Amino acid sequence: MKSDFTPPIGKISNINGQCISLIGNDIDTDRIIPARFLKCVNFDSLGESVFEDDRKTLKGKHPFDLEENKNASILVVNSNFGCGSSREHAPQALMRWGIKAIIGESFADIFYSNCIAIGIPCFTLLKKSIEEIQNYCNNQSLLLEIDLKNSLAKSKDLNFNLEIEESSKKMFLSGEWDATATLLEKSSLVEMKYKELPYIKFI
Amino acid sequence: MSQDTLFDKVWDLHKVSSLPGGSDQIFIGLHLIHEVTSPQAFGALKDKKLKVKFPDRTVATVDHIVPTDNQSRPFKDNLAEKMIETLEKNCLEHNIRFFNIGSGNQGIVHVVAPELGLTQPGMTIACGDSHTSTHGAFGSIAFGIGTSQVRDVLATQTLAMNKLKVRQIWCDNKLSKGVYAKDLVLHIINKLGVKAGAGFAYEFAGPAIHELSMEERMTICNMSIEGGARCGYINPDAKTFSYIKNKLYAPKNEHWDRALRWWESLKSDENSIYDDVIKLDASKVEPTVTWGITPGQSISINQQIPLLDELSPNDKLVAEEAYEYMSFKPGQLIKDTPVDVCFIGSCTNGRISDLRVAAKVLKGKKVSKNVKAFAVPGSEKVATEAKQEGLDQIFKDSGFQWREPGCSMCLAMNSDKLIGNQVSASSSNRNFKGRQGSPRGRTLLMSPAMVAAAAINGKVSDVREFIN
Repeated sequence: MKSDFTPPIGKISNINGQCISLIGNDIDTDRIIPARFLKCVNFDSLGESVFEDDRKTLKGKHPFDLEENKNASILVVNSNFGCGSSREHAPQALMRWGIKAIIGESFADIFYSNCIAIGIPCFTLLKKSIEEIQNYCNNQSLLLEIDLKNSLAKSKDLNFNLEIEESSKKMFLSGEWDATATLLEKSSLVEMKYKELPYIKFI
Repeated sequence: MSQDTLFDKVWDLHKVSSLPGGSDQIFIGLHLIHEVTSPQAFGALKDKKLKVKFPDRTVATVDHIVPTDNQSRPFKDNLAEKMIETLEKNCLEHNIRFFNIGSGNQGIVHVVAPELGLTQPGMTIACGDSHTSTHGAFGSIAFGIGTSQVRDVLATQTLAMNKLKVRQIWCDNKLSKGVYAKDLVLHIINKLGVKAGAGFAYEFAGPAIHELSMEERMTICNMSIEGGARCGYINPDAKTFSYIKNKLYAPKNEHWDRALRWWESLKSDENSIYDDVIKLDASKVEPTVTWGITPGQSISINQQIPLLDELSPNDKLVAEEAYEYMSFKPGQLIKDTPVDVCFIGSCTNGRISDLRVAAKVLKGKKVSKNVKAFAVPGSEKVATEAKQEGLDQIFKDSGFQWREPGCSMCLAMNSDKLIGNQVSASSSNRNFKGRQGSPRGRTLLMSPAMVAAAAINGKVSDVREFIN
């Protein structure tokens, strides 16, 4: 876990960093952060426990334990990453370990929403390109420069066109990914909606 | 895009505004909270100096961390005690209705809200728990959210969301004897895959769904999330209305008449447009058991664990991981696999009807001496009802432990955990690696009746051999 953790704030447009590759489909949030670590009233200490059981099983060989990955910040995964429990503790744990962006074949819906809500852009890329990055990472470290506006990822040897939902992209570029303020703006419309809903009158 | 489905109608009704990025601001009619995913949200509210917008639309209970053996306070587990105290304090401070232990209404959040009549057709419902999809059984649009979104709902009663596509899953005919809703939903997830639902709401429809009881419908919608869908729903009908009638928070008198008129108008139109339609024959479904590490890796009781060559290229990677973790050989039969622990409970199958079905199998029989078996009612109401019917005694007489309500060994946040690489026959919803509390524990998902059969024989068994 990085000791100098500060949560992201404001506009997010460029993420430059080293990739860390994690191979496997359907990696669920119970594996990212096992349930016993959910016994907490804040997220502060989650970084050190990310993938705890997988890491123990692999005895130091897990990507999150390898010395060469200790400064990595761009996680590269396969399909349906983050499926299962809605626990935001999972992206919070990844973020506190040092992850700032994720590139994957596909993501589970709630995990994706949770990442957006805390300022971790998630990009999708074709299976073939993901495997290209993952193979590259197995041999040497890959430094990527992600340009969110143009959805481009550049490195010395490889270039990719990333995909990201248009609404998520706009939120990061405008700094409105922390939705509370935006939602509060329409307070009067919310009051109106409240009064208009049939079931509010059934009480 | 879909048109004139129940999903479209409820979405349009709750849409407050279109947001600049292209998503919608959606009003949340009912917000359910519990001790695990809410403390950080209340903390954020405090940091931002915000109040709960509509405290009347939020309801709290405690479920994930509660012990099922001794519930006296303070809990033996200091962290669990701290979490329940935090929820108590937050509810008091923000004037939120809280169903605490001993209130008579405490239990798993997705069991409690329907049995109190809080869950109603046409609502939007959110909760910091992925199995919020359960409430869709009533024709509501209900989905799980993360803690930052819990904060947003508390502060604004709305969420920023992209509209989902709608897939109708049409189930023809009806389930055979000894085959239950759990088997049907495991079958659906197996056929469609665990990620097929990404970006979709699932509408479950057709004669087989119509035939199901409300509790069975909840089981189906509950596991929409295991199929990758954020929500699942069933168009409300007479069965839905009759379930709600006379519940504690159901509309009363003239309000009931008005509610009923509105609810009756709420369903997908006959000629509504779906983004996708899947049809299947429910009469072909057999008792189903998972053999792997995702809920999609399941087979019928008499089938063999698939060979690698029988699987699609995309499924091979996870299958290899599953064979190794579960210590299964491809081609092996699932039937007769020895089990160490049998668990009946959870938001999927911890309702009164689940206990009734399991008790019917257990009556007059004994649990195998090699098995630790325990039943955890989904709520205090379920526990009381089970005692009134004498079900608790049937469980105890058979050798089951009878426990207090909570989430228990579905995710093992309390002291109910697998040990080492024990094999568990479980009525819960997830068979992920380490899910039931041991990093090497192995989970086989099945219906409560199948768990009861496994408990008696000490091995995976066909429940149809136990029922007349």
